[in-house]
Amino acid sequence: MTDTTTIPVLPVLIAKDFASDQEPKWCPGCGDHAVLQQLKNVLPELGIAPENIVFVSGIGCSSRLPYYIATYGVHGIHGRALPMATGLKVSRPELSVWVGTGDGDALSIGGNHFIHTLRRNPDLNVVLFNNEIYGLTKGQYSPTSKIGLRTVTSPSGVIDQPFNTAALTIGSGGSFFARAFDRDGKFLRSILKRAALHKGTSLVEIYQNCPIFNGGAFEAFASPDNKANNTVYLEQSKPLIFAKGKRGILLDGFQPIVVDLDKEGISSSDLWIHDETDINKASILAHFADEESLPRPFGVFYAKERITYEDALTAQISEAQKNGFGTFEELLKGDQSYEIKQA
Amino acid sequence: MTDTKKSTRQVSVTPKTSVSVLFAGDSGDGMQLTGTQFANTVAVYGTELNTFPNFPSEIRAPAGTIAGVSGFQLQFSSKPVYTPGARFDVMIAMNSAALKANLKDLHRGGIIIAGTEGFDEKNLKLAGYPEGANPLEDGSLSNYILFPVPILQLTREALKDSGLSSKEIDRCKNMFVLGLLYWLYTLPLEGTFETLRAKFQKNVHMAEANIRAVKAGYFFGDETELFANLGRFDIAPQKQHGIYRRVTGNEACAIALTAASKKAGLKLFLGSYPITPATEILSTLAKKKKYGVKTFQAEDEIAGIVSSIGAAYGGALAATNTSGPGLALKTEALGLAVILELPLVVINVQRGGPSTGLPTKPEQSDLFMAMYGRHGEAPLPVIAASSPVDCFYSTYEAARIAVEHMTPVICLTDGYLALSSEPWKVESPDNLAPITPRFHLPRKAEDPPFLPYKRDDRLVRAWAIPGTKGLEHRIGGLEKQNETGNVSHDPQNHELMTKLRAEKIARIAESIPLQSIDNGPEKGDLLILGWGSSYGAIKTAVEQAIEKGYSVAHAHLRYIHPFPKNLGEILGNYKKILIPELNNGQLIHIIRDTFLIAPQGFTKVQGVPFNEMELLIKITDTIKELQS
Repeated sequence: MTDTTTIPVLPVLIAKDFASDQEPKWCPGCGDHAVLQQLKNVLPELGIAPENIVFVSGIGCSSRLPYYIATYGVHGIHGRALPMATGLKVSRPELSVWVGTGDGDALSIGGNHFIHTLRRNPDLNVVLFNNEIYGLTKGQYSPTSKIGLRTVTSPSGVIDQPFNTAALTIGSGGSFFARAFDRDGKFLRSILKRAALHKGTSLVEIYQNCPIFNGGAFEAFASPDNKANNTVYLEQSKPLIFAKGKRGILLDGFQPIVVDLDKEGISSSDLWIHDETDINKASILAHFADEESLPRPFGVFYAKERITYEDALTAQISEAQKNGFGTFEELLKGDQSYEIKQA
Repeated sequence: MTDTKKSTRQVSVTPKTSVSVLFAGDSGDGMQLTGTQFANTVAVYGTELNTFPNFPSEIRAPAGTIAGVSGFQLQFSSKPVYTPGARFDVMIAMNSAALKANLKDLHRGGIIIAGTEGFDEKNLKLAGYPEGANPLEDGSLSNYILFPVPILQLTREALKDSGLSSKEIDRCKNMFVLGLLYWLYTLPLEGTFETLRAKFQKNVHMAEANIRAVKAGYFFGDETELFANLGRFDIAPQKQHGIYRRVTGNEACAIALTAASKKAGLKLFLGSYPITPATEILSTLAKKKKYGVKTFQAEDEIAGIVSSIGAAYGGALAATNTSGPGLALKTEALGLAVILELPLVVINVQRGGPSTGLPTKPEQSDLFMAMYGRHGEAPLPVIAASSPVDCFYSTYEAARIAVEHMTPVICLTDGYLALSSEPWKVESPDNLAPITPRFHLPRKAEDPPFLPYKRDDRLVRAWAIPGTKGLEHRIGGLEKQNETGNVSHDPQNHELMTKLRAEKIARIAESIPLQSIDNGPEKGDLLILGWGSSYGAIKTAVEQAIEKGYSVAHAHLRYIHPFPKNLGEILGNYKKILIPELNNGQLIHIIRDTFLIAPQGFTKVQGVPFNEMELLIKITDTIKELQS
């Protein structure tokens, strides 16, 4: 078994080295192709040998991801990628474990595993492809579909309140949340790298366009004009500025307020300064999505490392073994054995 | 040392072969503790032993009621015993409800030691006796030997200057009972004293008070005239020299998983969710960190098994434990383990069903689910444990088959085995069968491509775990192409893979032992074919039937899928096959289906184990039918 820490020199790998021999079977124009490309760009930068990387997935279009990456990969059952990845990571902490999942897989059938994985915080990199629709089963609404969306199973429009992935992650005790966009390749790549470097469960929500069943779901953030006016990109210790530098966001108590920067008396130093270790501010950012007047945040909302599940367990095992490992004989004999002497 | 064979007065000591005792009282009376301590004492004394606790499923049922009765039954003997006794010879009844709930299972002429304080007006009413009736006084127990003992009063007297509060003193009454029983069965006291001193290490007063209560009970027996006619008994020790420990079925499963991981050189991972009556496997393993064991209490049954599949993919000996409702939730993931062809041990501690059913009561009704409870064609090996100690060997065997044949294996136990205990002669690591994982070696760039689903002559694929250079591959729940493991929807390939998976399991029959006859002739009138926890009751009944001169034999199945190769031949050697099961008839279907024979069923679905008497009656009737 190879340990990542004992590899002296790694051959220089490039994105192509991480392409498997299987041709991706996603539809033309699907956002998944772009995400796959950025993952293949990031993996060589991590300095981890391909044999020490595992991609785990559940079911759905996004969950085909492992087949297309030339590392170890296992494609499981619907909703259960996170516990499978947790079991793997707990038993093999030295591996780099990634999860490819979707809005249905992670937030509907796998919703229970989603919240519990986040609170336990195993060191997993979770890439959540959110297209706000069930694509593989041909267009039913998902737990992130917008209210009113008409689909085959909601002919009169969706009446379920959608999940807010960011709020759910933060509320579940997640230690990392970031949002990215499929067609913003360079930015997506930087976010995936940040997620890989975060020790703990890193949740990356990617707005991913499904051109077949929910095309244009993210159009409000897509065209250059829309993007400028409707999105704000988060940078650590930088003020929240958008609309090509013309507008910013002030924090009045817990209330975010959009201001024009050319207005008299407001300068960038008055604005909300992004602090990704501040869980209260991260919660407010998460709820920007509820307010149409506010731009949609992209980037790292929250990142604060705390002990991972596997490290805590390993520490308990080391503690139990500090006076010696249990021997095989000791195991079988137990601590309440007794001797019968007479023949 | 107290010389327990002598007493101050001359009371006779009668040798006896075996005795079954029930300790029964309110769930707050400490009967489990008393029974356990008594069991430890007779075990160390060297008699054969089998114990079974019986307690309410509610943590605190209303005090004094029938629902709140907690019992601990044990049989100890100078010859091997396989059950806690179909009926008991001695009953300790701490209150009226305990007597009322259990009297039907006391042998006629049996001994009742009744704590008189539990038979006051209030307790009699709570137990549902009619007003004015008191079984201790109205002669209704004239078929038994009744000893009314003011247990509480005597305990209070013995401990009046102990410095303990009256509540604490009252709680020592179970130790008085223990002392009295030690006197009755001429058993040593020192072991109990040691245990009490260790238990109350930080409270010397409490330790000494409990010891005084034990002694008070002992000397009460010695001094009172009450037992003068009955005398005392001696169950001679019989165990052979050696190191022993007492294990419950659940403990034995936990030890076996750890032992299998040691033998195989693998790390043990248990993904699990608490469920009655399987939880002790998780809690026992959670305490085995010294052996490097990793336990993961998952958010649900599904995460329990799926995390284990993840660990198995990573090269661990992975296991999950559950009971019926949990196995139902795990079935989809079991299918994944089947198609991934990864080793996984699933221990299902069966309980009464369907649905929540009878959570604390045993049943053998998950056999069909274990055999067939998955979508698609998804065969896997099924084995069943027959006694608390056999839970060790069956679980170990499940792990061996899982690792060596790269398959999930279901090991069936039940609520009876899980909680029952017996002495186990501690096994030596060298005596355990080797377990050899077949890890695929790293591959160099110039080597031929790696084929994840290439099989050996047993049709087993290699275990290719992450971290192995050159074996990077992708597998999943989608049907895969033969050998390459790539996704394939080809019709011929699907049929081929289905048949390969089935044939792989069938070939396990080549590596398991042949079926043996446990007792009785190799050819004859009647074969009792059992499986699982009914072993003890069948064994005892068949022994008795053979003593009566009947041509009856007993075979007990550990391997249910695949069956041992010679099972069909064995079944052909008897005029009639009788299959007792704690369900509505499940093994009987599988036997009929496999061998096209017409065995007779004998089923019981009452949430309680078979007892040897009802089996003996059935055997007798069946033999008579055959002869007429």
